[in-house]
Amino acid sequence: MKRLAQHALFWPSATLVLLLLVNAVFNPSFLALTWRDGHLFGNLIDILNRAAPLMIVSLGMTLVIAIRGLDISVGAVVAIAATVAALLVGGGFSADGAAASEHPLWMALGAALLIAAACGLWNGLLVVKAGMQPIVATLILMVAGRGVAQLLTDGQIITVYYAPYYVLGSGFLLGLPVALWIAALLWVALQLFTTRTALGLFIRAIGGNPEAARVAGVRASGIALCVYTFCGFSAGVAGLIISSNVKSADANSAGQLLELDAILAVTLGGTALTGGRFSLAGTVLGALIIQTLTSTIYSLGVPPEVTLVVKAALVFAVMLLQSAEFRALVMRVVRPRAGTA
Amino acid sequence: MNDRAIVLEARGISRAFPGVQALAGVDLTLRAGEVHALMGQNGAGKSTLIKVLTGLCPPDAGEIKLFDRSNGGQVIALHSPQQAQRLGISAVHQESHLLPNLSVAENICAGRYPRRPWPRGGGIDWPETRRRARELLGKLGIDLDVTQLAGGMPAAVQQLAAVARAVAGDARVLILDEPTSSLDADEVQALFRLIRTLRDQGVAILFVTHFLDQVYEICQRITVLRNGRLVGEYACDQLDARGLVAAMVGREVAEAHKSHAHAPAAATAPAALAARNLSRRGVLKPMDVQVRRGEVLGIAGLLGSGRTELARLLFALDRRDSGGIDVDGRPVRLENPGDALRLGLGFCPEDRKQDGIVAELPVRENIVLALQARMGLAKFLTRAQQRALAEKLVAALGIKTASIETPIGQLSGGNQQKAIIARWLATDPRVLILDEPTRGVDVAAKQELMNEILKLAAGGTAVLFISAEIEEVVRVSDRIVVLRDRAKAGELPGEAGEDAVYSMIAGDA
Repeated sequence: MKRLAQHALFWPSATLVLLLLVNAVFNPSFLALTWRDGHLFGNLIDILNRAAPLMIVSLGMTLVIAIRGLDISVGAVVAIAATVAALLVGGGFSADGAAASEHPLWMALGAALLIAAACGLWNGLLVVKAGMQPIVATLILMVAGRGVAQLLTDGQIITVYYAPYYVLGSGFLLGLPVALWIAALLWVALQLFTTRTALGLFIRAIGGNPEAARVAGVRASGIALCVYTFCGFSAGVAGLIISSNVKSADANSAGQLLELDAILAVTLGGTALTGGRFSLAGTVLGALIIQTLTSTIYSLGVPPEVTLVVKAALVFAVMLLQSAEFRALVMRVVRPRAGTA
Repeated sequence: MNDRAIVLEARGISRAFPGVQALAGVDLTLRAGEVHALMGQNGAGKSTLIKVLTGLCPPDAGEIKLFDRSNGGQVIALHSPQQAQRLGISAVHQESHLLPNLSVAENICAGRYPRRPWPRGGGIDWPETRRRARELLGKLGIDLDVTQLAGGMPAAVQQLAAVARAVAGDARVLILDEPTSSLDADEVQALFRLIRTLRDQGVAILFVTHFLDQVYEICQRITVLRNGRLVGEYACDQLDARGLVAAMVGREVAEAHKSHAHAPAAATAPAALAARNLSRRGVLKPMDVQVRRGEVLGIAGLLGSGRTELARLLFALDRRDSGGIDVDGRPVRLENPGDALRLGLGFCPEDRKQDGIVAELPVRENIVLALQARMGLAKFLTRAQQRALAEKLVAALGIKTASIETPIGQLSGGNQQKAIIARWLATDPRVLILDEPTRGVDVAAKQELMNEILKLAAGGTAVLFISAEIEEVVRVSDRIVVLRDRAKAGELPGEAGEDAVYSMIAGDA
C-alpha cells in the first residue's frame, strides 16, 4: 500500500476516482454504460469523448514543458486550425441540395494540420533562434493567432454542413468515439516515441539535465524546434475535433482558455512546470480530471452564474490533495505524534 | 610586525555539516593595517571560516574576540551578516553583488539611506545620498560618476564600488573572498591600490585568493588551512611560494615512484589533438597544448589556474577568443560540443551532478547518450543494442549497479563517474578529456579509474588528465603541462616527479 502511494500516478488516479465516486453518490446511474445503436453510451464515455481534445493538446504541452518551455498559444492555434479546415470545406451545397465540400476533405484537414504545425514551428523559432522567453514568445501567437483566425472568417462563425466532416468530433468506431481513438492513438504513439527513439531520449535528457545533455553533444535547439512544432500540430488536431464536434468554426471562442486547462492538466499529472521528469499517462489523467470536474458541475446542477467559482474551488481542492507539503501538514495535524512514534 | 594592534581574534573555531567536519579548531588573528591571506585548496574550510566570521553560519565551538581601541577584547556571538556589519566586519564576495538597476550612489548607501526630516515630507534624501557616496569614494581615491547605473560598469569598477560599500559603515575588518578571480591584470592593480589605501587607514583585511603571486604582492601574513584544520600562520617573508604550496597540499614533496610501460606514438606523428594560441579573455591566456595518440597528458595546477577552463575550451563548451584546433594534424571547425563529439573528442566534466549525469534516467540511457547524439536523430539504437552496449561497458569498467535500468542518480559517486566515462568509451573517442575524474570518489575506486585511464592510453586513445591531486597526475602522465595564473607555466616529462611540478606551480623553476 505504501509503495503504491509513492507511485507517481497514485494521487492523480486517486483524485479521478474520488471525483467519479462523488458523481456516483449524487447520481447512482452515473457510472452506468449502455449499448445502443452499436455504440457505447454513458457519462463515462461522454467524459472521455469531451476530454479528448484537451488530452491531445496537453500531450503536446507535456513535451514542451518537459524541455523547460511553455506554449500558451495552443488555444489560438486550435482556433486557426478549426477556421482553416471549415473555410476549405466550406458551408456550401451542391446543385441537388446535398451538402458538399469545396475542397476534398483530406486537403482541408491536411492544410489545417500543416498550418498548425507551422504555428508551432514559429513559436519554436522565436524561442530557439530569437532567444525569447517561451511564455513571451508564445504570447505573441496567443494574441495574434485568434486575430488571424477572425480575419480569415471576417469575424463570422462558419457553419459546416458537409456530413463527413462530423466524423472526427462525433463519429464512432468499434463502439467508441472517434475522438477518443485519436487521443488514444496519439498517446500510445507518443509513449513509444519518447521511450524508443533518439529524439525521445534527447527530450528526456534535456528535460532531466540540459547542461549534461549539452556536454554529451546533444543539440538542444533542433530538438526544441521539433517539440514546439509537435505541440502546434497537436493543437491543430484538437482544433479539428472541436470544430467537427460543434459542426462549425468560431474564431472567437474555439479553444478559448484551452492553454490554461492544458497547463493545469500537465501539472495535475505530476509534471513540474520547471521541466524534467514528465509523465504522459499523468497528463492524460490530468485532462480526465479536468473534464470530470466540468461534467460534475453540470450534473450537480450548479447554476451557470456560480459555475466558475465552483470550478475554482474544486481545482483548489484537487491541487491541495496533490500537494505533498499539504498532505504532510494534514498528517501532522491529524497524527501529531506520528513522527516520534 | 607583531606590534600592530590585533583587531579580531578567532580561537578554536569548529563547524560540522552533515557528513563533513568543515572546520576543526581553527585559529585566525587579524591585525589593523595588515592584509592577511587565507589560503587552502578546495574543501580546506576557507568558505566556512568566512561564513563564520560574517555571521552566516554560527560555529559549533570556539570564540571570536573583537578588540576595541580602548578595551582588551570582547567575545562576540555573530548570528547575522547585518549584525557582523554593525560590529564592523564586512565582506565582499567573488562576484560583486551590486544591484545592476540602481545607481552607484544608491548601491553604496543601500540599507542606510539618509532621510529627509519630517517637515520636508520624510522619504529618502537623494542629494545627500549622492553627496555621501561621492565623499566616500573620494576618501578612497576612486573617481566615479555616482549617478551611473552600476550594471553598466565594468566588472572591476563594480568590484571597487562593492568594496567601497562594504567599508562605508566604518568597517574595521574587511573580508575579500576571491575578489580578483574575474579581473584582468590592470583591474587587479586598481583593486590593489584600493586595498593598500584601506590598509593604510588601519583596516584589517582578510584576502582569499588562489593566485600565489597576488599573495606575495599585497599580503603581509598568511594563514593556511587544510581539510578544515589549521596548518599554520606565517609571515610572508618567511614562507616562499613552494613552501606555501606544500603547506596547502599537505605533502612533504617527495620523490616520484611511477613507471608504466607503454609507449605513446612517436613524437613525430601528428598530435591527436593540438590547440594553437588558445585563449579566452579573463579566463585563459594564449597557450599551445597537444596530446598524441596513446599518451596521457597531465594538466597540473592549483584551483583557478585555468585547468577546467582549458578543458572546456578544448571541448568548445565555452567560446574561445583565439586559437586554432587541429585533429590528427588537420585544422578543424570546432564551435560547439556537437562538433567536438563528431571529431571524436570526449569530455568527462568536473561537476558530475551538474554537467554529467541525467539523474533520473537509467544507467543504460546515460551510457548511450553521447553515441546516440553522434548518430543523430534518424538512426537510433534499438533497446537490444542499447542493452548490449551498456552491459558490456558496465562489465568492462566494473560499474556496480543493481541493473542497467537503475536510475543513475542512485549509484555511488565513483560508479556515476565510471558510467560517464563509459558514455564516452561507447563513442570510441580519439581524444578523451577527463576533468577531475577522481574527485569525490573513494580510494579504491580512484585506483580503478587510474588503471582504466592507463588501459585506455595503451589502447591508443589520447587522454588529457586533469586533477587537483598532483600525485595522481604524476602517477599516470607521460607528460605534464603545468598551469599557473591561467597561463601555461611550462611542460615537464612524466618522470619529473611531484617535486618538479610543485616548483613549477610555485613559479621558482
